Amino acid sequence: MSAHSTYEPKHPFMKWLEARLPIASLVHSSFVDYPTPRNLNYWWAFGGILSFMLGAQIVTGIVLVMHYTPHADLAFNSVEHVMRDVNYGWLLRYLHSNGAAMFFLAVYIHIFRGMYYGSYKEPREVIWILGVIIYLLMMATGFMGYVLPWGQMSFWAATVITNLFSAIPLVGESIVTWLWGGFSVGNPTLQRFFSLHYLLPFVIVGVVVLHIWALHVVGQNNPIGVEPKSSQDTVPFTPYATMKDAFVLACFSIVYAWFVFYLPNYMGHADNYIPANPAVTPTHIVPEWYYLPFYAILRAIPNKLLGVVALAASILILAFLPWLDTSRVRSANYRPLYRQFFWVFVLVCIGLGWLGAKPAEGGYVIAARILTAWYFIHFLVVLPLLGLIEKPLPLPHSITEAVLAKTGKHAPIAAAAVAKSS
Amino acid sequence: MISPRPVALAVLAASVLWLAPAAAPAAEQETPPRLKWSFAGPFGTFDRAQLQRGFKVYREVCQTCHGLNLLAFRNLAEPGGPGFTPAQAAAIAAEYKIQDGPNDQGEMFERPGRPADRFPRPFANDGLARLVNNGVVPPDFSVIAKARTYERGFPWFVFDIFAQYQEQGVDFIAAVLKGYEPPPQGFTLPPGTNYNRYFPGHAIAMPKPMEDGRVDYTDGSPATVDQYAKDITAFLAWAAEPHMEARKRIGFQVIIFLIVFAGLLYFAKMKVWSGAPDHA
Repeated sequence: MSAHSTYEPKHPFMKWLEARLPIASLVHSSFVDYPTPRNLNYWWAFGGILSFMLGAQIVTGIVLVMHYTPHADLAFNSVEHVMRDVNYGWLLRYLHSNGAAMFFLAVYIHIFRGMYYGSYKEPREVIWILGVIIYLLMMATGFMGYVLPWGQMSFWAATVITNLFSAIPLVGESIVTWLWGGFSVGNPTLQRFFSLHYLLPFVIVGVVVLHIWALHVVGQNNPIGVEPKSSQDTVPFTPYATMKDAFVLACFSIVYAWFVFYLPNYMGHADNYIPANPAVTPTHIVPEWYYLPFYAILRAIPNKLLGVVALAASILILAFLPWLDTSRVRSANYRPLYRQFFWVFVLVCIGLGWLGAKPAEGGYVIAARILTAWYFIHFLVVLPLLGLIEKPLPLPHSITEAVLAKTGKHAPIAAAAVAKSS
Repeated sequence: MISPRPVALAVLAASVLWLAPAAAPAAEQETPPRLKWSFAGPFGTFDRAQLQRGFKVYREVCQTCHGLNLLAFRNLAEPGGPGFTPAQAAAIAAEYKIQDGPNDQGEMFERPGRPADRFPRPFANDGLARLVNNGVVPPDFSVIAKARTYERGFPWFVFDIFAQYQEQGVDFIAAVLKGYEPPPQGFTLPPGTNYNRYFPGHAIAMPKPMEDGRVDYTDGSPATVDQYAKDITAFLAWAAEPHMEARKRIGFQVIIFLIVFAGLLYFAKMKVWSGAPDHA
C-alpha cells in the first residue's frame, strides 16, 4: 500500500475513477506490483491461505445463518435440519465446522513460521502484535461458534469457559452472571454468543486489513532474514507470489476436502451430537483440539485463579515476543541453538495439546506441569538468554547471494531445467 | 557449548512417555470389535437390503422405547437410503398415528401419517418416558450413530485420518447390542441395570433387547442377534447421516479435481518462475 504506483489507467472509466477514488492503483500496488523477496518458501503461503479460510468461513457462515435458529430449544434440531433438509446443507455445515479447524491449523503453521524465521523482529513488531490480536479474536469466535449447535459439549464447554471468569476476585461471580445473562448458561447465553459469533469475523477482517497494511509498509520477512537491498532481491507479487500461493492453497484444500468429505466428524466430539442437557455432565469435558494446549496449561495449575492467569499469560506472552527475543539475527537457519529450542517448543506445544485431551489426574498433571513450565521458560529465560550467548552463523549479504549459493549447489539440475524450458 | 536439547528432550520423554501411561485410568470401556461395514471407506455405500432389515428391527424391537424424531417418512424413499419406493414410504407412514390440529373445532386430533411427517415420539414427554423406563429416558435414535464412540488413543487416532476409520460409533453400538452377559463374579450391578461387556462401566439401563428369532427376515438372512445388531446399526448409521453417499461421491470428485488443479498450478508456477527477472 505504498503511495506511488506504477499503475496507469487506460480505459476512460478507469481514468475517471482513478482521479476520484484511486482504488485500482491501491490494489495494483498492494497485490500486483508489490515487491516480495524472491526467496520466500512455501511456508509463506499460509497468509494467503488464512485470508481464503476467513473468506470461506464468512461465506459458509452467512448461508448457515439463513437456516439456523439461535434458541436453546431449537438450535440442536435446526442444525440437524441443515444437515438433512437443506440442499447441500451437510456440505455447508461440514465446510464450516471443519473450516474452523483448518483455519486454526493454518494459523498455527503461520505463527510457528513467524517464530522460526523471526518475523516478529524490528521493524515488524506491530504486524506481529496485530497477528496476536487476530489469533485472540479467532479463539473467541471459534469458541462461541462451537457453542451454537447446543450439544452436550457446546453447553458444557460454555459452562467451563465462562466459569473461568469467576476466578476473578470480588467481581468474578457478578461478571459470570453478566456473561451468562442469567444464573446459568442458557438461552440468553446462546443468543449473545450467536450475535458475537456473527460480529467478530468482521472485526477479524478489519484487523487483517491492518495486519496486511502494516506488512506492506515494512515488507515481508524472508527465510534468510536479511532485508531486500536491491530490486534484484525481489519479484513482483503477481504473478510470482500469487502463483506460488495458489499452488499451496490448492494442496491445502485437498487436506481440507479430505476431512470435509471423508472424516467430517473426526475433529469433533461425539457428545456434541447429544442435545445439551444441564442435568447431565459429560465424563470428560474437552474443548476443540486447537485449544487443547491452553486447556492443559489451565488445568496444570492447582489454583483456579492462577490457572486462569497462566492461561491468559500463555497467549498474551506472544505479544511480547519481539522484546523477549534478544537476538538480532532473525532466521533460525542462522541460529543453531535457537533452531533446536524452536523444535523443542513445537514439541512442547504438541505435548500440551495431547495432555489437554487427557483427564487431569496423576501423571498427566505432572507432565502438563513440566511442559507448562517449559512453555514459559522458553519465552522468559531461553529466548532472552540465547540472544546473548548464541553465536549465529554468518549471514549472506543479500537475498540474491543466498539464492545463487543455493542454486549453485544444484547447478546440474538448474542447468537441466533451463535447457528444458528454453 | 553443549546443546541443551538432549536434556530437554529427555525430560519431555520422561514426562510424556513414562508418567502418563502409568496414570491412565483403569480401562472402564472395553474396545468393541471392529466390524466390516459396506458404508466404510471412500467409496462406501449403504446396503439397501441391510437398511431395510435394520428398519424392520427398529420397528419390531426398538420403536416402543426409542424415537427417530429427526427422520421423516419421506426420507425412507430418498436416494442414498433404504431404497423404499415413495408408495412404500407412504404406506409405512400411514401405519403411524400422528397428532395434528387444532382443527376448526379447536381440538387436536389424530390422523394417519403422511410422507412429510416425522416419526412420532414413543412417549408424550420425558417424564412419562422416565416413569416407564426405570427413571431413564431412552435416547432418540436419529443421530445416535454419531453420538456414541470409544476412545482410539495414540497412535491409532493418527492412523485413522489416513485409513478413514470413522465407524467407531457403529462398532460400539453393535458391540453393546451383542454384549449382554451374566455379570462376572464379584461385580455388583446397581439396581435396575443390566451387565454389558462393552457399555462404559458395564451397567446399562436397557435390558437385553432381543434374542435369536425375534424378527422374521424374509430375504434369507440369518435371524440371529448377531445379524440384527449389524442391521439395526447400519440403519442407524444411515439415519444419522442420510446424505453420506452423496458426500463421499462428491468428495471423490472434489479431491480428483483438486489434485489435477494443484498439479496444473504447480507447472504454471514453475513456468512463471522460470521467467523471473535475473532468474538464477
